[in-house]
Amino acid sequence: MTRETAVPLHEMISGAKEEILTEWIKNQLSDKSRSKGVPEASLRNSSSEFIRLFEEAITKGNVDDIEKPEWEEMRHMLAELSATRASQGSTPSDTAKFIFSLKEPLFARLTPEKGQGNTEASAAVWQLSLLLDKLGLYTAETFQRTREAIIRRQQKEMLEMSTPVIKVWDGVVAVPLIGTLDSARTQIVMETLLQKIVDTGSRIAILDITGVPTVDTQTAQHLMKTVSATRLMGAECIISGIRPQIAQTIVHLGIDINDIVTKATMADAIKEALARGGWSFERHLESV
Amino acid sequence: MDREKLIVTPLMLGFQELKTEDDLIEMRSAVKRHAADMGFSALNQTKIMTAASELGRNVIEHGHGGSVQIEHIRELDRDGIRLTFTDDGPGIADARLALSDGYTSKKGMGLGLSGSKRLMDEFELISPPGTTVMVTKWM
Repeated sequence: MTRETAVPLHEMISGAKEEILTEWIKNQLSDKSRSKGVPEASLRNSSSEFIRLFEEAITKGNVDDIEKPEWEEMRHMLAELSATRASQGSTPSDTAKFIFSLKEPLFARLTPEKGQGNTEASAAVWQLSLLLDKLGLYTAETFQRTREAIIRRQQKEMLEMSTPVIKVWDGVVAVPLIGTLDSARTQIVMETLLQKIVDTGSRIAILDITGVPTVDTQTAQHLMKTVSATRLMGAECIISGIRPQIAQTIVHLGIDINDIVTKATMADAIKEALARGGWSFERHLESV
Repeated sequence: MDREKLIVTPLMLGFQELKTEDDLIEMRSAVKRHAADMGFSALNQTKIMTAASELGRNVIEHGHGGSVQIEHIRELDRDGIRLTFTDDGPGIADARLALSDGYTSKKGMGLGLSGSKRLMDEFELISPPGTTVMVTKWM
């Protein structure tokens, strides 16, 4: 069926290219819901470019698989179109509608007179409809992919932002961990922490896990790796911010953390770190 | 134990595919949310969430991905949350060995299965083919 209808299809389009284009642009411009961000000139340009590539691709005989090389230029153009339109403030459905709106002028030419060649015409309509749907959906997918790339980039930025290493005293650094401690996160924490230990010549590092929602075996393993690496640098590690429910969960899981110094709060950890450094404090009540 | 039983059809709370580490994070917060909505204590919420995290990671790392089903189950005098993890992976050949503390087939701590068994009230493992782990925590 594909091969049979392919020839008349592309001939039909080549023959009436200008008419189809004019009608298509006219329809788009008269559409009230059309996004105002897209200038008329660029709409005309992309419309004629689309028809040109569309004709080219179906002339090569492929009317159903847009993943094939003959559609490559078209895919490229649509990807660009969807990116520009997104930056002009169009939604993905606006961009898809741009393609779907070609159906009207195109189909009008496929069903010329009532009662004549109905089966053949409806087969061609069906085929074209599927094809335009695929192209329209392709623009939506591209839009989504662009979005996802942005999200991934932001996630990465957030990951790096959310692991500050703070110098709390001479020779004492602290890292407040917030969120899930997965492998990527541990890697970043470890790198920044070890670097800060070198830079400040610290002897004690405090890892605060108040903001870590769960400590499962993987998180525990990651914490232990960080502790071992810190030790190799000649510094000691204190883990603080262990909430009661986390403590009980760790015990139930059966994780052995006996050789790690832990404290309930960051304040306790700082006190311990200072005591180890030989610092002692006095409170002068008369000055309060 | 002789209990008078009334089993009501479980209430489906959620279903999620588990393929990537991101699915795991999403699943964990969904489980915690449902447990909190049902009225579990903060301690039990953490226990359920941690067990879910262990079992979910098993699905991803050993079962090559699968899914989890979260249900609210009701009996005559008690309510509970049930998590069912399913994958079509190679399965567990020796369940007793896999459930013993410290046994690991990879580089983990070997506490995932046995630990989550201790964190929950009921634990059921069916394998092979694939692996299905069903855990329940009663309120």
